Amino acid sequence: MKELNSVVCIKPVPDQRFWDKISLDPKTQTLRRAGIPVALGPLDLNALEEALRIKEARGGKVTVISMGPPGTEEILEWAIVLGADEAVLLSDRAFAGADTLATAYVLASGIKKLGDVDLVFLGNESLDGSTGQVGPQVAEFLGMSHLTHITKIDLAGDTKLKARFHIEFGSIDVEVKTPVVIAVDKEVNEPRLANIWGAVWAQERKINCWSINDVEVDKDKIGLPGSPTQVAGVTTIELKRKGEMLTGEPADIARQLVKKLQTDKVLPEALVCRRDVV
Amino acid sequence: MKEGKGVWVFIEQRGGCVSEVGLELLGKGRELADKVGEKLEAVLFGYQTDSMVDELGAYGADTVYVADDPLLEVYNSDAYAVLMQELIEQYKPSMMIVGASNIGSDLAPRVAAKVDTGLSAHCIGFDVDEQGKLLGKVPGFGGAVMADIICPEDYPQMATARPGFFQKLERTEGRKADVVEVEVKLKQEDINIKVLGTSKEELKARPVESADVVVAGGFGIGGQENWKLVEELADVLNGSVGATRPPCDEGWAELDSQMIGQSGKTVRPNLYIGLGVSGAVHHLVGIQDSKVIVAINKDSKAPIFEAADYGIVADFRQVVPSLIEELKSISQAEGV
Ligand SMILES: Cc1cc2nc3c(=O)[nH]c(=O)nc-3n(C[C@H](O)[C@H](O)[C@H](O)COP(=O)(O)OP(=O)(O)OC[C@H]3O[C@@H](n4cnc5c(N)ncnc54)[C@H](O)[C@@H]3O)c2cc1C
Ligand SMILES: Nc1ncnc2c1ncn2[C@@H]1O[C@H](COP(=O)(O)O)[C@@H](O)[C@H]1O
Repeated sequence: MKELNSVVCIKPVPDQRFWDKISLDPKTQTLRRAGIPVALGPLDLNALEEALRIKEARGGKVTVISMGPPGTEEILEWAIVLGADEAVLLSDRAFAGADTLATAYVLASGIKKLGDVDLVFLGNESLDGSTGQVGPQVAEFLGMSHLTHITKIDLAGDTKLKARFHIEFGSIDVEVKTPVVIAVDKEVNEPRLANIWGAVWAQERKINCWSINDVEVDKDKIGLPGSPTQVAGVTTIELKRKGEMLTGEPADIARQLVKKLQTDKVLPEALVCRRDVV
Repeated sequence: MKEGKGVWVFIEQRGGCVSEVGLELLGKGRELADKVGEKLEAVLFGYQTDSMVDELGAYGADTVYVADDPLLEVYNSDAYAVLMQELIEQYKPSMMIVGASNIGSDLAPRVAAKVDTGLSAHCIGFDVDEQGKLLGKVPGFGGAVMADIICPEDYPQMATARPGFFQKLERTEGRKADVVEVEVKLKQEDINIKVLGTSKEELKARPVESADVVVAGGFGIGGQENWKLVEELADVLNGSVGATRPPCDEGWAELDSQMIGQSGKTVRPNLYIGLGVSGAVHHLVGIQDSKVIVAINKDSKAPIFEAADYGIVADFRQVVPSLIEELKSISQAEGV
């Protein structure tokens, strides 16, 4: 059986506990994230897990790749502790402020440099961007097919696999030839936890940091200037309501609330009629 | 691409039926097309599409580009993306909006990369600026802010929107669109992905988008065990259970059918009750059309209180049982 080399794209996402500290830069209209700790997004862990399982079943190598600011090494190190063989951080001021297209372009340039890739795994969507756009776009730049919302993968021979594409209230089963880009949903597997050997394994591995000089990219297609979408402006929205606060003991609060909801006539029929009837 | 004309809407079909979100986007697209003085054009890929084409005319499309081929019966990203690229390059639309169902969000980014243009994800509103450029409205970080995403230089200007944010037009029986039949030269042998089959899943939860009462649980619920309390409250209210994003990530609730907000469902109930929900704009945009909003959160500074009609600062575990009891007692009183 042929060995299969996988690349896993992992995105540094701001730690959710600090989200209220994130603001928009008024000048560039991009997110200001300096000083916000980063974490590995949950679906990216599923993506890594799938690659590790395939390596265990078939041999081959797992490389994790990320585009992000310095500080991203931390999550790459974690991926190595979990079992990745190699890690690449694409980091350069010129990459900053990228939208999904410019992000995918840079990631693809890194993957091309790695060469000899059979499978590229991603999370279906990230916690912060949540666009789910990077996978299909990386695939386009690599000239590979793509699959998203994948909940099940079965290898079928040397250059083929079967996968289940989850759609609303159903699924589509497909067969695809490698190389292919696959964005996974959380149902695809249960990510492993780190074990004691991971730290030992990690000691012998280093993170490769690549700047703009290390990859082949068209300078007009990267970073904020290379991003076709921009933020034209920000408006505050009016979501305010009367905000009447109810206080007291739980039973007391419950009585107050139910009375108000009855007055507002928003309780379902069966409930509304009652006391008026009594 | 540098120029274009025509407001395009991708129409997703499954099993020979057009999706609701396609019709909703035709409704919004009609307004955009009228504003920029261009045609509203639907793009439909499928097999045995005649009755679907009629529907699109009736719901406001001026033109329907239709590709009809067995290869297109079930969605296949290889086939759909290549075909869409060809169409865009031939007819050069100015804008293209796509419903962000799982299929739409699989297709749109690939197409955007193929024709080298920008794509705004999960817009909850659209407008055009003075230059006739498409503005996609997307909730931002940090307070109640909405960002306008624009694609100033490339065509088509592309965007996706989740189902439920826009209204479809009144159906006009007999209204006909011009039909442009697209030739499909592509063969299964030319592409890498082969569809093996499809399957359907039963709906587990009562749909939130059509419920009169929605009880939504947030990350503050804390675990699967406590989630039962959310369901119990929904039950006595004869309502549906919704969720914010984190409970879906945790597996307490189902992402597809229960997540409410920018990347989930839009709800319009008479009554929305949020338990342990902080009130991120991403979530609030999905509940803003609720008649009455109630929030129970133990943090008095949680932003949801501003957006609520009634706020209760408390541990939901203390208040919800009392609330359930009170509601039960009134429904029993009715029987008296
Ligand atoms: C691009 C993008 C799209 C997104 N789309 C969506 C979307 O469609 N829908 C969505 O919901 N989110 C979405 N999100 C995520 C969103 O930003 C928030 O992270 C999410 O809505 C927060 O969920 P929450 O309020 O349940 O959790 P948290 O913000 O963690 O809040 C939990 C709350 O529970 C309270 N609490 C804790 N314990 C208790 C208790 N015992 N009793 C009472 N209260 C308690 C806490 O005080 C806190 O306020 C999106 C994010 C991004 C970046
Ligand atoms: N900067 C990045 N570096 C590495 N991978 C990324 C990056 N941005 C997005 N991805 C990958 O693309 C997936 C989808 O992200 P998004 O399109 O932002 O929702 C993520 O789960 C990651 O696997």
